[in-house]
Amino acid sequence: MRVELLWWEGCPSYPEAIAEVRDLMREEGLDPDALELREVETDEDAAAERFPGSPTIRVDGEDIVPPGGEEPHSLTCRVYRLRDGRYSPTPDPADVRAALRTAKETT
Amino acid sequence: MTLAVGQKATDFTLPDTEGREHSLPEGRPAVVVFTCNHCPYALAWHDRIAQAARDYPDVRFFAINPNDAERYPADSFDAMRERVERDGGWPLPYLHDESQEVARAYGARTTPHVFVLDAEGTARYAGAPDADYRDEGQQASWLREALDAVLAGEEPARAETEPVGCSVKWRS
Repeated sequence: MRVELLWWEGCPSYPEAIAEVRDLMREEGLDPDALELREVETDEDAAAERFPGSPTIRVDGEDIVPPGGEEPHSLTCRVYRLRDGRYSPTPDPADVRAALRTAKETT
Repeated sequence: MTLAVGQKATDFTLPDTEGREHSLPEGRPAVVVFTCNHCPYALAWHDRIAQAARDYPDVRFFAINPNDAERYPADSFDAMRERVERDGGWPLPYLHDESQEVARAYGARTTPHVFVLDAEGTARYAGAPDADYRDEGQQASWLREALDAVLAGEEPARAETEPVGCSVKWRS
């Protein structure tokens, strides 16, 4: 299984996101050190990566919360909705866990 | 340039989403919040700031969006209007700082970035609305503490905090 976290340093949420994903990988019996971190530094990188904002987490190439596609790919903070409806700069941990479990089951 | 606590704030004239122009009030405290549409931190804190605006009717609140809308279309003037309309109106005017001059004069770093001004227009608090964007129970407590002190004619115990949020999107 490949778990990637794409981040941009202009958004302060990435350290929290990295820690959360690593904790969840550990809880799911995965090696947290296997998390691939990729910094997105320029608008050109953002376009090439189809980067909808920081942080973006992909499991086996699939975004764990597929973006709507209305916004251009750019260096920005990503807006997530938690399962209780609140806005958040990081995804709901339950969404991350669900993506990891689905990938585990299909691997 | 940055507006430091203890310094007099620069006045401004900016349009709100209804096309009305707003400036700092004379002889009344004010709260200036740099904010925007596209930032999750600004969105997470918005309801708390709006509630504070309702709870302090003697204080003028202003939300100012300074972001470069060319690179961030979600922060365009049209998108600001649509958001306020979708919300059924806001208890504070949502102003467009298209030139970014006001944000530069205040030294806004993030969205949100809160400034509390006393009745003479002097900055008495600058920073985050409260300690945790995730915790709705915080209710913009740092902002409210500063306002309570200003309204009582006292210095806020906490004059500055580190603003937390997305960087202001400056034009290149």
